Amino acid sequence: MALLQITEPDTAPAPRPRRRAVGIDLGTTNSLVATVRHGIPVVLPDAEGRPLLPSIVHYGAQGVAVGYPAIEALVADPQNTIVSVKRLMGRGLADLADARRFPYRFSDRPGMVQIGTRGGLRTPVEVSAEILRVLRLRAETSLGGALDGAVVTVPAYFDDAQRQATKDAARLAGLGVLRLLNEPTAAAIAYGLDNASEGIYAVYDLGGGTFDLSILKLSRGVFEVLATAGDTALGGDDFDHRIYCWALEQRRIGPVSPADTRLLMLKAREAKENLTAHASTSFGATLSTGEGLDLTLTASQFASITETLVNKTLGPVRKALRDAKLAPADIDGVVMVGGATRMPQIQKAVATFFGMPPLTNLDPDQVVALGAAIQANVLVGNRSEGEDWLLLDVIPLSLGLETMGGLTEKIVPRNSTIPIARAQEFTTFKDGQTAMAIHVVQGEREKVSDCRSLARFELHGIPPMVAGAARIRVQFQVDADGLLSVSAREQTTGIEAAITVKPSYGLSDSDIARMLEESNAHAAADMEIRALTEARVEAELLIAATQRALAADADLLDDRERAVIDSALCELRRLITTADRRAIAASAGALNRATEDFAARRMDRSVARALTGRNVDTLAHD
Amino acid sequence: MRLRRKLQRLIDFSQDYFALFGLPPRYRLDPQALEQAYRALQREIHPDRYAAGDEAQRRMALQSSARVNEAYRALKDPVERAQYLLSLRGIDALSETNTALPPAFLERELERREAAADAHARRDMTRLDELLREVRADAAALQSALGDHLEEQTWDAARDAVRELRFLAKVGDDIEAALAEVEG
Repeated sequence: MALLQITEPDTAPAPRPRRRAVGIDLGTTNSLVATVRHGIPVVLPDAEGRPLLPSIVHYGAQGVAVGYPAIEALVADPQNTIVSVKRLMGRGLADLADARRFPYRFSDRPGMVQIGTRGGLRTPVEVSAEILRVLRLRAETSLGGALDGAVVTVPAYFDDAQRQATKDAARLAGLGVLRLLNEPTAAAIAYGLDNASEGIYAVYDLGGGTFDLSILKLSRGVFEVLATAGDTALGGDDFDHRIYCWALEQRRIGPVSPADTRLLMLKAREAKENLTAHASTSFGATLSTGEGLDLTLTASQFASITETLVNKTLGPVRKALRDAKLAPADIDGVVMVGGATRMPQIQKAVATFFGMPPLTNLDPDQVVALGAAIQANVLVGNRSEGEDWLLLDVIPLSLGLETMGGLTEKIVPRNSTIPIARAQEFTTFKDGQTAMAIHVVQGEREKVSDCRSLARFELHGIPPMVAGAARIRVQFQVDADGLLSVSAREQTTGIEAAITVKPSYGLSDSDIARMLEESNAHAAADMEIRALTEARVEAELLIAATQRALAADADLLDDRERAVIDSALCELRRLITTADRRAIAASAGALNRATEDFAARRMDRSVARALTGRNVDTLAHD
Repeated sequence: MRLRRKLQRLIDFSQDYFALFGLPPRYRLDPQALEQAYRALQREIHPDRYAAGDEAQRRMALQSSARVNEAYRALKDPVERAQYLLSLRGIDALSETNTALPPAFLERELERREAAADAHARRDMTRLDELLREVRADAAALQSALGDHLEEQTWDAARDAVRELRFLAKVGDDIEAALAEVEG
């Protein structure tokens, strides 16, 4: 046998090069990047050996600073130092119940709020991209080259707009996104594969600004999410804020300046962290007004002022259990994720609710990034023996359409396993109705106004019929990233309209292209844009040449041949305005092929003309 | 190309859901066999398996995986499964032209809904829990009867049982929503 396996050295198939894949946890407070090395997931530290990157971006006079270098600007320059930007992703100003808590100069824009900084107006997507770019460079330095792909994590309870914004930020940072992965699911992968666990697990994930609770069934290498619930505006930040409010109340201090707010919030976080291991902590600060605070906060006081927040997390816990049709006793283990789960009152509440101590053997700050790295490694094609596992995740919120009277018709119920495609038929309600407005919403409430509006589009060209005769089939498709696309089709005529749900909350492809163009420092992006520009220029030259040829020698074509060329020409004209370089190139190729015979005939004609005495040179320039 | 052929072989979109999972088209099926067949299929066709593949492969994996998820959802839940079995016989259990329910059943359920509304108004979670348990017990009994109807091929009785179960599910959902609202 062994002899048969011997091959000539230079004919042996080269071992497939290992691809560079990373998992990124884009957190409210801290972000991390991890990879799988020698089969083991590891967090990649910065040059100073620090694993975390504080999710802080400072737009300074000298340029943009991200992470630790931005910390000192927190108090000194609060309006230009963006923290907790994750809470703003995919959100309009009206969505931000706590907008006043941020010291920023918000600008309300359709779709997503923008922040006025020294560097100009910035979207949360751009701010997040700054953080992701630093992590990408860290990974490229550490892995020795460009990345083949990344898995970026999102809170499980993120809606379509928040997911799309995250994916846009990653693209803007020059990352190839293999998958958006739900944070609790990522944690379950890290835990499950580490401990070879089987059974039903609850993942309690309290991050800096978001809360998720997912229930997963782990068996024989399949991670099946049974239900997920959460709150995308509840996290460790809110506990800091309670301490901040408590401190102001103690000294009966009114509203304070943005810089003082930042200072007190930092002190509040310190106090919170101290109370993880101590029964009491001091809370001291000197405000810019000269006023001094010197307070003591005990663990029991802290527990009492945050009791409502702790209880607020138990609502989604109960909801997820109900959706999974399970009782707390059915849960085999509870995994704690997120730095905020270090708080003793959280650990106690979770232990009481489930009747067992939660699992904390993996670092709650790192476990999400580690799980994402494992998933990225598999998706990029580095799967090795024994890594034959599969992940089945769900969509957190129901998707539906607006129907008569402003009511929601659910098409895809929450907690449906993704990917999923569901269709439903609708009809016209007026005689002779030729168009139908389609309004896509996400949420659990009956009234459309209580749900999140994702997109609106119209289906035109329905042939006039009596009311109720048209059959319009609306199809929802949710991919493995949890992102939605919707198409509508009139069944009797085949008239179609489709949309990838982005417009109301998110950036269009042209926005992304423009932003990429603006960030000239990024070579890979520049190359892509140059290639696109080149493809467009070539396509324009080809269109112009074809038009000139048609103007001169259209008589060489019969009607059918002419129609083929016109159609190819029209298609290329349509695509040239898109950012899809490959489609433009393919379409240009198609036009070239469509005009091959025509070109040959023109060549013949010009030869014939030359033979009858005309100057060839004048023809070459036509 | 090889991968694409594999997908095509596995997911024949003209197959009914039972055939897709290689199971007999019966109401009383082995839930473990269904789950195993489902997982085995997803292992082959899930988009994660083709994340590094070309556009066409990824699209086909997405569509196939969505089809398998839809089939699993239709067969996993007993009421959905019964409805699907009836639809294979050309019977639309939820057709809008014939939605009559027996008066005795309706009367009992309307009383139950009133009791739930009262408990909701009093914010009485214990009573709501109790009502939810009752609804679920009634549904379980009705499901067992539904299984008999389908085995005996008494289609009309099966169709009526599906309708009643649908109604019970709605009552149960409303009680759950009330519970969730009381919890805040």
